Amino acid sequence: MSLAREVLHILENQARLQKFSRVHAVTVTIGPLAAVDGPALHFAFEAVTQGTLAEGAELHMEHPAARGCCRHCGHCFTMDSWLTPCPHCGGPAQAEGGQEMQVKDLQVSDEGMRRR
Amino acid sequence: MCTVCGCGDEEHKHEGHGGNTRQVSVETDLLARNDAHARDNRAWFERERVLALNLVSSPGSGKTHLLTATIERLRDRLPMAVIEGDQQTRRDADRIRQTGVPAVQINTGKGCHLDAHGVGHACEALEPPRGGILFIENVGNLVCPAAFDLGEARRVVVLSVTEGDDKPFKYPDMFQSAHVMIVNKLDLLPHVDFDMDACIEQARRLNPGMEVFQLSARTGQGMEAWVQWLEAQCSGRGAISDGQELETLRQRVAELESRLQQAGLMKS
Ligand SMILES: Nc1nc2c(ncn2[C@@H]2O[C@H](COP(=O)(O)OP(=O)(O)O)[C@@H](O)[C@H]2O)c(=O)[nH]1
Ligand SMILES: [Mg+2]
Ligand SMILES: [Zn+2]
Ligand SMILES: [Zn+2]
Ligand SMILES: [Zn+2]
Ligand SMILES: [Zn+2]
Repeated sequence: MSLAREVLHILENQARLQKFSRVHAVTVTIGPLAAVDGPALHFAFEAVTQGTLAEGAELHMEHPAARGCCRHCGHCFTMDSWLTPCPHCGGPAQAEGGQEMQVKDLQVSDEGMRRR
Repeated sequence: MCTVCGCGDEEHKHEGHGGNTRQVSVETDLLARNDAHARDNRAWFERERVLALNLVSSPGSGKTHLLTATIERLRDRLPMAVIEGDQQTRRDADRIRQTGVPAVQINTGKGCHLDAHGVGHACEALEPPRGGILFIENVGNLVCPAAFDLGEARRVVVLSVTEGDDKPFKYPDMFQSAHVMIVNKLDLLPHVDFDMDACIEQARRLNPGMEVFQLSARTGQGMEAWVQWLEAQCSGRGAISDGQELETLRQRVAELESRLQQAGLMKS
């Protein structure tokens, strides 16, 4: 919930900075190792945007790949969770990135709000 | 697939995609505000030489009990203070105050985690325990508190032997971000099916540097090692010389004097 509210807060700020009144689609980047649950964010976003500039806006999620290198043998590979084992030796990985949570871009317009 | 937004959903309405919409770039972190507050808190803790610990666990793992047991042992040796996070009730802060240590309660209501902003305000109500420890007991939840930095120096995850030894792999976000794992309720170990070695192995796979303490807050078994570790963490911090402290005080006095002069309240 509070992350969805944070998204809305960012939209409201950007509406002032970049001068738009309506948000139609939001793209967020969520790394596979970020501590956030995608479906829950979707649901919460829908709830918190009711009656706001982003009511009914689509929320698109991009999941960039996370890379990690094995702590035992040094082999580097793609991680889709903290538990992904090294494909060579089964060892644990040291993650490099993958925890990002970002509002990337928006589809916006200047049309008046449909309703309040 | 939607050619405008690139999403894979063929069913969704395309209202707003056509016509005069435009794309704007944002690239702002969802946690940017929290992280800014966390930086402020961290700077304040460092300035006041306070070791801030963020205690996280599932509900009922024994965080409050661990705190009262810890405070009893350290009361005469270190200054301490506690921030208690709970959704409802002031009971845990009352339990802490009974030990004679100051406590501030934050009720998060529906919120299921503490954030750095709330902790910063709670600190305003506290005399900083200089050279000692500020314990921050987070809301009982191993999910979203993982994402919210409070400005702590160390994150301490508490689990009890009644919860199952696979907790680290079930909540990897939390365990990979913790520096210390406390396995509590050791007195109950003979009565439950808990594989201590497996649990520690999982935790260290997520964080090879994890400090582990096995203890019982109830019987006191294993408490001494934990308490000694805490003291060792503080001694680094307390080692700032009196000279340095005087220097900071002098600077602060000078700063206040110059402000008073600017306000015309003091002759130069
Ligand atoms: N047997 C046993 N019970 C404990 C221990 N530590 C805490 N408890 C009990 O566990 C319950 C929850 O403790 P509490 O400190 O309120 O947990 P919190 O929700 O994490 O703050 C209480 O009934 C405590 O008495 C322990 O070491 N052994
Ligand atoms: Mg408690
Ligand atoms: Zn390997
Ligand atoms: Zn679309
Ligand atoms: Zn939460
Ligand atoms: Zn404030």
